[in-house]
Amino acid sequence: MARITTVEDVTVIATESLSKRFPRVTALDRLSVDVGPGVTGLVGANGAGKSTLIKILLGLSPATEGRAEVLGLDVATKGAAIRERVGYMPEHDCLPPDVSATEFVVHMARMSGLPPAAARERTADTLRHVGLYEERYRPIGGYSTGMKQRVKLAQALVHDPQLVFLDEPTNGLDPVGRDEMLGLIRRIYTDFGISVLVTSHLLGELERTCDHVVVVDGGKLLRSSSTTDFTQTTTTLAIEVTDTDEHPDGTRAVRDALHARGVTVDAGSGLPGAGHVLLLTAQGEETYDLVRDTVADLGLGLVRMEQRRHQIAEVFTTDTNTGADTGTDTDEQRKEAVRHGG
Amino acid sequence: MAVEQPVSTAPGDQTRIHNIGYRTYDGPRLGRAYARRSLYSQSLRGAYGLGRSVKSKVLPMLLFVVMCVPAAIMVAVAVATKANDLPVGYTRYAIIMQAVISLYIASQAPQAVSRDLRFKTVPLYFSRPIETADYVRAKYAALASAMFILTAAPLLVLYVGALLAKLDFADQTKGFAQGLVSVALLSLLFAGIGLVIASVTPRRGFGIAAVIAVLTISYGAVSTLQAIADAQGTSDSIAWIGLFSPITLIDGVQSAFLGADSAFPGGVGPTNAEGVVYVIVTLGLIAASYGLLMRRYKKVGL
Repeated sequence: MARITTVEDVTVIATESLSKRFPRVTALDRLSVDVGPGVTGLVGANGAGKSTLIKILLGLSPATEGRAEVLGLDVATKGAAIRERVGYMPEHDCLPPDVSATEFVVHMARMSGLPPAAARERTADTLRHVGLYEERYRPIGGYSTGMKQRVKLAQALVHDPQLVFLDEPTNGLDPVGRDEMLGLIRRIYTDFGISVLVTSHLLGELERTCDHVVVVDGGKLLRSSSTTDFTQTTTTLAIEVTDTDEHPDGTRAVRDALHARGVTVDAGSGLPGAGHVLLLTAQGEETYDLVRDTVADLGLGLVRMEQRRHQIAEVFTTDTNTGADTGTDTDEQRKEAVRHGG
Repeated sequence: MAVEQPVSTAPGDQTRIHNIGYRTYDGPRLGRAYARRSLYSQSLRGAYGLGRSVKSKVLPMLLFVVMCVPAAIMVAVAVATKANDLPVGYTRYAIIMQAVISLYIASQAPQAVSRDLRFKTVPLYFSRPIETADYVRAKYAALASAMFILTAAPLLVLYVGALLAKLDFADQTKGFAQGLVSVALLSLLFAGIGLVIASVTPRRGFGIAAVIAVLTISYGAVSTLQAIADAQGTSDSIAWIGLFSPITLIDGVQSAFLGADSAFPGGVGPTNAEGVVYVIVTLGLIAASYGLLMRRYKKVGL
């Protein structure tokens, strides 16, 4: 734990006009970004250059131009040293089915340089941390997708790295598994003190987990800022209430009551279950109190009141549009993003 | 402090159990050379199914036994009949048992490399301190060692048996040493060929079939041509034809330099000059296998 550095300006990953061109494709285009300690989301559509970036950061693929540093080590010359200190969880399946999780993770720990006894001990610890218990002695072939993802995560953490790259860790998981995995990712930083770079093409799931989000598209940086920046301007509240005899349409009653108190309410059009869910813009703490009091006054039951921070997606879409329209805008955004970075 | 809980624990409880203190690791990190050794020993054990499922132990262990039983029988016969010499020479043993050796390499070369390709474990290796060369060397060395264990073990049985039968010590030791050199060369050559073929396909079945095909077809073709050449009296060409299959290569090398009786038709092995060509071709093939493996894994990355 002592390792967690709270100094703001420490960078874990720094890239400087990093480019990677293949004969026909430009995978990364002058990407400059600084990533500080914490959980950082790397967001982009498939083919946006996320995996290419990870490959370069692991020192496995030379950049066409520009430079990058991971934990203060140059990726071009210190690849092996970097790989000793970082963990990597690939997007695809990577587990042999005929060995047990314990056997496999011990082997991977040794491949990272841990002596045999330490490898065994760390494997037992790590598998427990990711939530694998008795089943760790059974062959991996019989595991569920969720369990396999945990083994993949365990092999990335077993050597106690300072930084892990998680490539689409929630891929193929059901909603519950997804939530558990995201919770686990959060804990990697808060409890284990290991910084995380996690990729996803789903913005929604990253905003809950990450301190910082980097958005790339077509190899270019669209935006890099903290998640609070993304969502602090507006927070949408979703409210669902019960119906009573007095108010057969509870939703409507609340909407009218709130409207009377001067709160703009969108009936939740365009969302599944429209009509049952009320969406309104929260101006601050007082909005929550107002909703609570309004619902209580009407004598209705409050089924749910939750934050719907889907604005992050809107930010992304807007950025994509402007980025495509004018080149100068993106340049400014990039500079802006660099200032935000770290 | 951390109490193990049964799997059936309710989901709500699990989060609580997860919450055991995380311990950081401050111990030594032994780096590349150690990782390479670890991969070597894991692959070597894997070549005999150790550390893998019971099912995968069956074939290699069975082949190992099949390899050693004839040697044990020969020894028993030699001891019982108080023979002056072993029924089969040390260098000849591997040639006789080539079918078993081919079967072993065909089953274990894909095991060594195709699995990593098929289940995409390779990227995990390369996300660690080791480099392409470390991976290739560890795998090559492991399979060659496994082959050496398979081929040298029966020679050891023969040697120990020969000493028990009180055969001439110096004579037997010399033969044993020559046999060991021969099977070492054979192990390197077969492991190289097997790995190159297996590393091309992630499908284990294809790998097995391809290795068997290459070994048996080349040997079949070469021995047929040699027989024809022998029948037509053009015995000069016999030695040159022998260059084109792995087992006849080894046969040629050992009959030229390791005092073996050639298994070629007519019993005429290559001359010393021809033997040099045999050695060069053998070493060339081993080097080429290594080079091809390196090239293959340069592409495999993440």
